[in-house]
Amino acid sequence: MTRTWAGRIGFYTLIAVLLAFFTIPLLWLAAAPFTSDPSYEVRMPDFTFENFQTIIEHPYALWSLVNSLILAIGTALLVVVLSALAAYALSRVRIPGRDALLYALLLLSSIITGTAAMVPLFQLAIELNLIDSHTGLILIMTGGLLPAAIFMIKDFMDATPKSYEESARVFGASPLQIVRHVVTPVVRPGLATIAVWTIANVWGNFLMPFLLLSDVEKQPAAVIMYTLYTEGGQANLKVLSTFGLLYSVPVVLMYLFVSKKYGFRFHGGIKR
Amino acid sequence: MAAIELRGLTKVYPGGVKALDSLDLTVPDGEFFALLGPSGCGKTTLLRTIAGLETATGGAVVIGGRDVTGVQPGGRDIAMVFQDYALFPHMDVSDNIAYPLRIKKVAKAARHAKAAEVGARLGLEQLMDRRPGQLSGGQQQRVALARVMATQAQAFLFDEPLSNLDARLRLEARTFLKKLQRELGVTTVFVTHDQAEALAMADRMAVMEAGHIRQIGTPAEVFQRPANTFVAGFIGSTPMNLLDAVVRGDTLEVAGCKVPVPASARGLLTDGEKLVYGVRPEYMTYSAQPADGSLAGDVVILENLGASHLVTLDVDDVLVQAVVPEGHEPALGERGHAVPRADRALVYRDGELVSA
Ligand SMILES: Nc1ncnc2c1ncn2[C@@H]1O[C@H](COP(=O)(O)OP(=O)(O)O)[C@@H](O)[C@H]1O
Ligand SMILES: [Mg+2]
Repeated sequence: MTRTWAGRIGFYTLIAVLLAFFTIPLLWLAAAPFTSDPSYEVRMPDFTFENFQTIIEHPYALWSLVNSLILAIGTALLVVVLSALAAYALSRVRIPGRDALLYALLLLSSIITGTAAMVPLFQLAIELNLIDSHTGLILIMTGGLLPAAIFMIKDFMDATPKSYEESARVFGASPLQIVRHVVTPVVRPGLATIAVWTIANVWGNFLMPFLLLSDVEKQPAAVIMYTLYTEGGQANLKVLSTFGLLYSVPVVLMYLFVSKKYGFRFHGGIKR
Repeated sequence: MAAIELRGLTKVYPGGVKALDSLDLTVPDGEFFALLGPSGCGKTTLLRTIAGLETATGGAVVIGGRDVTGVQPGGRDIAMVFQDYALFPHMDVSDNIAYPLRIKKVAKAARHAKAAEVGARLGLEQLMDRRPGQLSGGQQQRVALARVMATQAQAFLFDEPLSNLDARLRLEARTFLKKLQRELGVTTVFVTHDQAEALAMADRMAVMEAGHIRQIGTPAEVFQRPANTFVAGFIGSTPMNLLDAVVRGDTLEVAGCKVPVPASARGLLTDGEKLVYGVRPEYMTYSAQPADGSLAGDVVILENLGASHLVTLDVDDVLVQAVVPEGHEPALGERGHAVPRADRALVYRDGELVSA
């Protein structure tokens, strides 16, 4: 009896410690922007909007959020459309070595956007005149995310009975009509998952934009964040915390919205 | 409305499985035709090849006098109900039924009016706003039927239309489907592995085995005179007695007993020939008294079939079954005599029916 009680107390204490570990940074992020003189501790804010004033007056901060949005939405659109079409084909057409191809793509993709490919990518972008352009960056990030996206969405496609499409075919629907009327609506939760995953990925990507965009006006929030330091190399906690809050809110809102509307459904190869 | 004609139809899957082997079949206009056979014999393949979802390796598919062998499924003017019904989960019942008309570019109001009309005919009025996931199996089946009716196609193809329903509902749906087909008069081919279903519903039927058609005929013909021992063994809710026999003049020696040569085989047998003697348990008369031309043995098993009993006799180590009406069932271990009906007994030589 006492042993189980002791066990329980130990267990909940551990959970509480773990929770605190993850909660404290979030509390700080919520409190610091409203504090006139933030430090590294979590303190009761004095509810000032001074810090937001500073951010609004900052020449690049707000624009960088817009840049982030452009990059994230552009990449998400491309990734969703291309991965859906590719996964549909890969799921429905029998080609020898299909699975090997998929795994190879997946493996290569982690190299493409990884540090190993930094120099060649930079040179490629220069040669193609895509340096310092959102288009170039979107294309490269799409390339990096596409294989994993195809992999995830193919799971949804595989789980969709072929008879839906065959039935539409017998009624005379063309392949494009089948994709529009039947396949896309059925795998919509999967497409939503991919879109959110892509946006979150692009939103948090520092290396690629840092590398490929030199014009500070085109830089996304993740890169601008890095410039919010005092001349002495000290972190400016006032602007950093405020900008951090602004930077996180859109992603959190998106998660809540999509999760409510579609619900996230990862299958991970498990049959429904 | 149109007849369906298959000429030398062959389907070999990549990988070498020969699912259909040079099939010839004609389903006349307006007929309710059953394709019956054990699992894996090629029924679904045949239906899908007629629909155009599989391309024929050889032979021709002719629908309404038009050779459609190379035509896409959408151009064949047929409609198909899939085994899982394939209702679109994101559309409500009304949109599902109207979908074929949407493809034909019928205006929204017109196609929903048509969906409402067909839906009402199948008793779906109250369900038009529901999604397929909110319907019972029987309701889903009726939506699938309504959807093919909305197409006004020349021929319907049903793949195991009743196999997803529970036993009780299946009987109801059987009657319903037969009545509906009769009213619509549309040529319909349906696939089933349940011989009772084929016998009950079809105008005519084909029995398939391993890519071949083993017999075509009306349910009565197929039940009474199976063309070979495969069909004989497959058709009937109680399996036919198929017993080794030797010709002895104008009698047959079966399991040590003598029975007369069946009417259908008279004059076609040679003395001393080894054959298979077939008679359905339903066509046997059981009596406790010795009778002429009977198979005599001890009652070893009694099975209750409801209004009758299936009695198994051990005749000289050969098991012979007879159906005995309620109230006349023997006791276990009793000596019994089963007399085959001479006009229903059959003789098979090398697996094929001997008949004039
Ligand atoms: N897509 C396919 N590829 C290869 N073989 C198949 C395919 N579909 C069916 N078969 C084979 O063809 C034969 C007939 O199958 P099917 O038509 O589904 O039989 P049934 O519907 O009578 O159960 C089986 O041996 C089956 O394994
Ligand atoms: Mg089948």
